[in-house]
Amino acid sequence: MIDEELVQLLTPEGERIENSEYESTLNGDEIFGFYRDMVIIRRLCNESTSLQRQGQLALWAPIQGQEAAQIGAGRALDPMDFTFPTYREHGIAWCRGVPPENMLRLFRAVSNGGWDPQKYRHSVPSVVLGTQTLHAVGYAMGIQRDGAEEAAMAFFGDGASSQGDVLEAFVWAASFNAPVVFFCQNNQWGISTPSTVQSKIPLYHRAHGFGFPGVRVDGNDVLAVYEVTKRALDSARVGGGPTLIEAYTYRIGAHTTSDDPTRYRIDAEVEVWKHRDPVERVKALLVHEYKVKNVDFDDVAAEADVMALKLREDVLAMSRPDPITMFDDAYASPHPLIEEGRREMIELGISGGEL
Amino acid sequence: MEKNPKVLLMGEDIGRLGGVFRITDGLQKDFGEDRVIDSPLAESAIVGTAVGLAIRGYRAVCEIQFDGFVYPAFDQIVSQVAKLHKRSDGAYNMAMVIRIPFQGGIGAIEHHSESPEPYFAQTAGLRVISCSTPNDAYWMIQQSIEHDDPIIFCEPKSRYWEKGEVDLETPPSGLFDAVVRREGTDVTLIGYGASMKTALRAAETAAVEGMSIEVIDARSIAPLDIEVMAKSLEKTGRVVVVQESPHTASVGSEIISELTQRCFYSLKAPGLRVSGYHVPYPPTRIEEDYRPTVDRILDAVDRVMGFES
Repeated sequence: MIDEELVQLLTPEGERIENSEYESTLNGDEIFGFYRDMVIIRRLCNESTSLQRQGQLALWAPIQGQEAAQIGAGRALDPMDFTFPTYREHGIAWCRGVPPENMLRLFRAVSNGGWDPQKYRHSVPSVVLGTQTLHAVGYAMGIQRDGAEEAAMAFFGDGASSQGDVLEAFVWAASFNAPVVFFCQNNQWGISTPSTVQSKIPLYHRAHGFGFPGVRVDGNDVLAVYEVTKRALDSARVGGGPTLIEAYTYRIGAHTTSDDPTRYRIDAEVEVWKHRDPVERVKALLVHEYKVKNVDFDDVAAEADVMALKLREDVLAMSRPDPITMFDDAYASPHPLIEEGRREMIELGISGGEL
Repeated sequence: MEKNPKVLLMGEDIGRLGGVFRITDGLQKDFGEDRVIDSPLAESAIVGTAVGLAIRGYRAVCEIQFDGFVYPAFDQIVSQVAKLHKRSDGAYNMAMVIRIPFQGGIGAIEHHSESPEPYFAQTAGLRVISCSTPNDAYWMIQQSIEHDDPIIFCEPKSRYWEKGEVDLETPPSGLFDAVVRREGTDVTLIGYGASMKTALRAAETAAVEGMSIEVIDARSIAPLDIEVMAKSLEKTGRVVVVQESPHTASVGSEIISELTQRCFYSLKAPGLRVSGYHVPYPPTRIEEDYRPTVDRILDAVDRVMGFES
């Protein structure tokens, strides 16, 4: 799969490819670290799917196939950057330091968010598609006004690329030369809608029409995603303005655990993409070039299992919140209807809270 | 803006032009293009970027040019601005003001005369207010900018040309307080925004006919200051609400429902609403037959006065 348009530094077999514009700056330890990230996040995803099947989660949005896109992008960020995700950015959340159990609070239906977005500099998930791209641009405008060398990064998919908010975000980012990177994971499917319905041209071409650069990167090649994202972020931080990155990838799993992809896509297509697996190709590189031993890979797998076990325990320990917590943080300042609701809930004995 | 460097203004034509109603006239000259931002023409983006700015610690004052243009921003207001404080477990303050010139009376074309406030009043996480006097306009906008919750600030555009004294000595009323504009004993007449002027005129006319009408400016549409209204109703026993929006699921419906619940045994007549009709806002050559008039208010007053149980 060598495509002239696609920035690729690693073949699906894990062999390096020369690219005229980008070269990998990562050493073996760093690449091994990315491998570890991807294995852990895949394990997290599989455990979460199991938890949903066992009735412990209301829903889960699998990430399988998109690990390189997210780990490559997530590891290119600086700690002070700020990211704006959808509900599938578990790999980004991992890179930002969000504890895995916090990622599952939304899916356990005990929270509408799950973590402190200011602490991790990773916003709460946007479920209404594309809305977060405008938040990223606004945040970037704040960075500009603060004179800070930071960047905002918005994550969205090929489906959301049709949303008006995303296109408005492109306009604003260009007009204000905002320090923002738009990271579109084109995973080929918006539930059952193929990406060809969302765009008649390669998605990254859209950026040119808005007046800023666009680049398509092999989203299953973690080395390439890292370099492309890093360059875009570096440029944004020093006044270079926005970039659209299209990470060309594939959603191996279902849209969510409520979805049945066998109704709309053929197995052969999935099989083709399984051969482009993002984890296996890095593993092949690590074996060939860095002589990483099986025991090291086994250690990572064991670490992932420990994480998954703890995740399971943490999720099972998340009990039903006291109903009265629904009134917390609805407003930042006292509100009569909040007080009224709280009082009623206590008087009716729905909550054991105090008046 | 002088007090807090984090306050920004954003909207269409608000800088160089000073806004289509000149409300922000001269501010870009004083505070620069980074703080008084002439935005591209996209309402969802005006509000959506204000969200990002709020996350970064800024306080945006967004101008929506006309009421009928707020709907492209509806999702950002209702799903994002209203809910992000909750979604982030309080980590984000969505401190911002969304200014909307609303209601009719200026003979404009379609989409320039609407009353969208009931949509926002129904949304938890938002606060909705309206001013009716120059003094309130002066104080309430400053109080709104200082407030930590997002505020939908409905400005009665037909009153932009109104002149009046601003009292710089007396501390202003609370931002969410209703105010009695005229005292009376027979009927409580409640309104907000541009309807206040019509309501006060109706009260004057009624006085000539020997009826004493207490006029209350709700000022805060959500939350309602129901205590002030209830206190008045305990005295008068009769209530009429004036508003320009259609009456179904309106602010007036809420006021009357709350008051009926609280003051049932004081009521001498059912509460009435004088509203716009349940039609798309009409061509403005006939808008004065759509908007509540003194005659329609007095008709409602006569009906509550003449009610026999």
